[in-house]
Formats: sequence, structure tokens, C-alpha cells
Amino acid sequence: MKVFGYHLPGMLLLLVWGLLWEIVGQLKLTFLLPPLSEVIVTFFEVIGTPAFQKAFAETAYAFYSGVAFAIIIGIPVAILMGKSRLLDELLLPWVNVVLSAPLTALVPVLMVLFGFGMKSIIITTTLFAIWIIILNSRAGVKQINRSLVEMALSFGASPIDAFFKVYFWAALPGILWGVRIGVIRAVKCVIIGQLLISIVGFGALFELYSANFLMAHFWAVLIVLFALAFSISEFLAYLERRVTYYAAKR
Amino acid sequence: MVVSPTNSAVAEAPTDQFEIAVSTRNISKNYGDVEALRDLTLEFPRGQLNSLLRLSGCGKTTLLKIIAGLLEPTSGEVKVNGQKVTVPGADRAFVFQDFALLPWATVMRNVAFGLEMRGVAKSEREAIAERYIKGVGLAGFKASYPHELSGGMRQRVGLARALSVDAQVLLMDESFSAVDEQTRRKCQEDLLSLVQNENNTFIFVTHSIEEAVCVSDQVAILLLWPSRVSEIIRPISFRNKGVDNIRGDPEYLDIVDEIWASLRMYVE
Repeated sequence: MKVFGYHLPGMLLLLVWGLLWEIVGQLKLTFLLPPLSEVIVTFFEVIGTPAFQKAFAETAYAFYSGVAFAIIIGIPVAILMGKSRLLDELLLPWVNVVLSAPLTALVPVLMVLFGFGMKSIIITTTLFAIWIIILNSRAGVKQINRSLVEMALSFGASPIDAFFKVYFWAALPGILWGVRIGVIRAVKCVIIGQLLISIVGFGALFELYSANFLMAHFWAVLIVLFALAFSISEFLAYLERRVTYYAAKR
Repeated sequence: MVVSPTNSAVAEAPTDQFEIAVSTRNISKNYGDVEALRDLTLEFPRGQLNSLLRLSGCGKTTLLKIIAGLLEPTSGEVKVNGQKVTVPGADRAFVFQDFALLPWATVMRNVAFGLEMRGVAKSEREAIAERYIKGVGLAGFKASYPHELSGGMRQRVGLARALSVDAQVLLMDESFSAVDEQTRRKCQEDLLSLVQNENNTFIFVTHSIEEAVCVSDQVAILLLWPSRVSEIIRPISFRNKGVDNIRGDPEYLDIVDEIWASLRMYVE
């Protein structure tokens, strides 16, 4: 960004927003928004507490398990859909329907089925992430350059060789793109799930803080979550860029 | 120069005096209601460069893909060395119009890919690939990735890949159409010396009249919708005059003019 001919780093804008927050907070317009400095102080207090660390561990566990299931199930299903016309026509309408359905409404049902604990949260996370992974990976498989397929065939590649040495790598950018969006959805979901079920992880913590009007604590935890979600997404975007670089269209 | 007029006359065409590497017999290909090829019979002599000259949009590269075994003809058959073929085989290798290189693999791995698929051990296939990489003039680029190369260099990688599997028949699908004009001329000259030095049979699809006449021992002209052979031309006098003299040779210019005159009516 350039202001009056001076080159300013992009992060500077973030500081301006932080300053605005501090000012609004100091004006004590509403108890909902404590000053940023107070939030930051609380942040360092909070991350030391066992309650926070327990919530963090539980959330991370639910998140990684949910995402792992979504990827392990989603990618093979997507590849099969991309390769088999029958399977594609059988499953695609459902994937599209569930993708746009408000899955949050299903959480109470899942709670009845799987109890009020970790299991329900993991399943909810998987359900949030898996559909977009399937849809994008399928698109990646479908968009494989036709001549790469013909090239593999014309050089006598066995189906297994063709799959692992050509198709998979050619579809990788699409697959990673799906995984990234799936992971971002999973971050949202793991919190929504915990809020709804609200006895484990950050959900319990949010519940506790907001019930006691501990707004600085509330914001501190929220900032942790934002930062986590952002860095996970940026890391995946970085991976994606690296792969797309090699798999770029000529 | 010998000109034989129609596909019905192929039997007494001058190909009789050559050993035939590839022949197509009464090939037809329909895509639904669209007839792409009709009753196409052609013979390709061994060790020569055979062009299929086509008008833009005509049957595309259907015939080449049928010979490669990538497409199944609706009727008719393809014989390579007298054996009927229906699937891709080690006797034929394809050079693609858009190069079809693996973007995530180095030049070395791309060139060795055909051998890798045939289960040749790594050290052996890299030794072979190295020879052909040098052969097409890319010795310094074996660790480069395709996106780091120019169009002409990429096509030479594709050519080296096809040569390294030691196929007798090389199928080239408008191989030089995606590179710029100057590179294209260089590619054509390289191809001419390749035909002289190697004993492969080349089948070369192009829509450039000049390119076809310049590089070919035999030019088969395909007509549109459905594609069929209109004539077969075998330039003879300038073939051995050397690369530099071909484009100025009177016979070369005559043939180019003649082909254009006969095709002009089909181009709107």
C-alpha cells in the first residue's frame, strides 16, 4: 500500500483497526467491547490456565479427527465419482443437496444418536467438511488434461501406474483446493458443534465466559480461534500454490 | 512426381515399390450421426515420413488416434507390420500436439516415462533417456521442468520420449502447430535429419501445405466430411538436395501451388 508516496507494509492497516478498537473500548460505550489492551492482557492470562489448555486440546482433537475422516473418506469417493459415470450420477445430486443444506440443524439428531460428547462433534465436523472436498476433488479428477490420459495409454501404462503416476498428480491441485475449503468449513463447524453441544472444548469455555460477562476473556479466546483458522488456511494455500506451480497448465 | 487421384486407385499407387509399415483398410469412424472418416484406405511405407494433410477441422486427428489404438474405428482395420492392431502397443509411439508432458516431472523423467511404464529399471531407462535428450539438443535441461522450457523445447521432450521407447512407428499429431513460426522451421529441419538418420516410419498430421511438402516422402490429402483420401503425392526430385535447398526448389513450389489449387474450392 502507498500513502503519500511512502510504501507501507500491509500489516499496518491491521494496527489502524486495532487502534480504533482500543479507542472505542476506552470510551466504554458498551461492556461487550473491552479495550484491546485489556483483551491482550487477558489473552496471556488465559492461555496459561488449565481450562484453556483442556479446551484447546479437545478442540484440536475434534478438529483433526473430523478433518482426517473427511479427507480419508472424501478423496477416494471423489476419485471414484470422477472415474465412474454411474457412481457420479448416483451420488452427485446428493452431494450437492447436502452441501447446501443447513447441517447445523442435524446436530441435535446427531447428539441423540451419538451422545453429548466428542463423538458427535467429530461426526459433525466430518459432515461439514466432506462434501466440499468431494465436490472439488471430483472436479479436479474430471479436469485432467485429456492428452495426459491418452499419453499414459499410448505408452502402455497399466491402470495402476496410470492412476498413481499420472491421474492422481494431475488431479492434485483440485483435490488440495477442496481440502482447503473443507478445512475452513471444519474450523467453523468444530466451534458451532461445541457451542451447540457446549460441554466440551472452546464451546464450554465460551458458554462459561459469556454467562459470567467476562467479555475480555471471550474476545481473547475468539482471537486465538481466528488466528488458528487463518494460519491453517494460509498454510494450505501455500501448499496449494506449490503444487499448482508444478501442475500449471502449459 | 507421381500423383494418384483417388483412394480407389491406391492399389496401383506407387507405394507398391516400398515395404509397407502401416496400412489402414476401409476405416470408417462415426461419432453418433456424424461421419468423421469414410472407407479410408492408406498405406505408409517403412522408414519414410508420411504426411496426412488435412483441411482445418477435418476429422481432426481421428485417423492418427485409430492407428495409435486410442480410438476404435467403427469399421475397418489397421495393420502394423502385417499384424492387426486394436490397442496401443510398443510398436507405435505418439507425439502430441499439446506435448502432454507431466508438468510435475523433470525432462529426464518425462523422456523416460515410456520406458518406466514398460518396467525398465531406473538406471537403464535414464541412460537411454539421456542419449535421446542429448539427441534432441536438450543436454543441459534434463533437470528442468516443462514450464521452464519454451514451446519448441517441450515438443523436443515429447519427441525424445517417443524415440526412447524405440517404436518403429512415430505418430505425430500436428506436433509443430503449438510453436512459433521460426521454431517450427527449425523443428521441420530437425525432423528431416531425424528421418534420414533413424529407421522409423513417421506418420505426420498437419494442416500446413508447405510443412507437409517440405518434410514428407508421401503426402496424403484428406478431404472433408467425411474425410477420405483425395490424392497421394510423392515428391521425388528435391528429397535428397539437403534441408537448405528444399524451400527454393521449383518442384517444391509447384507441388505447394498444385495442392492449394486443388484444395482452394473446399476452403470457404
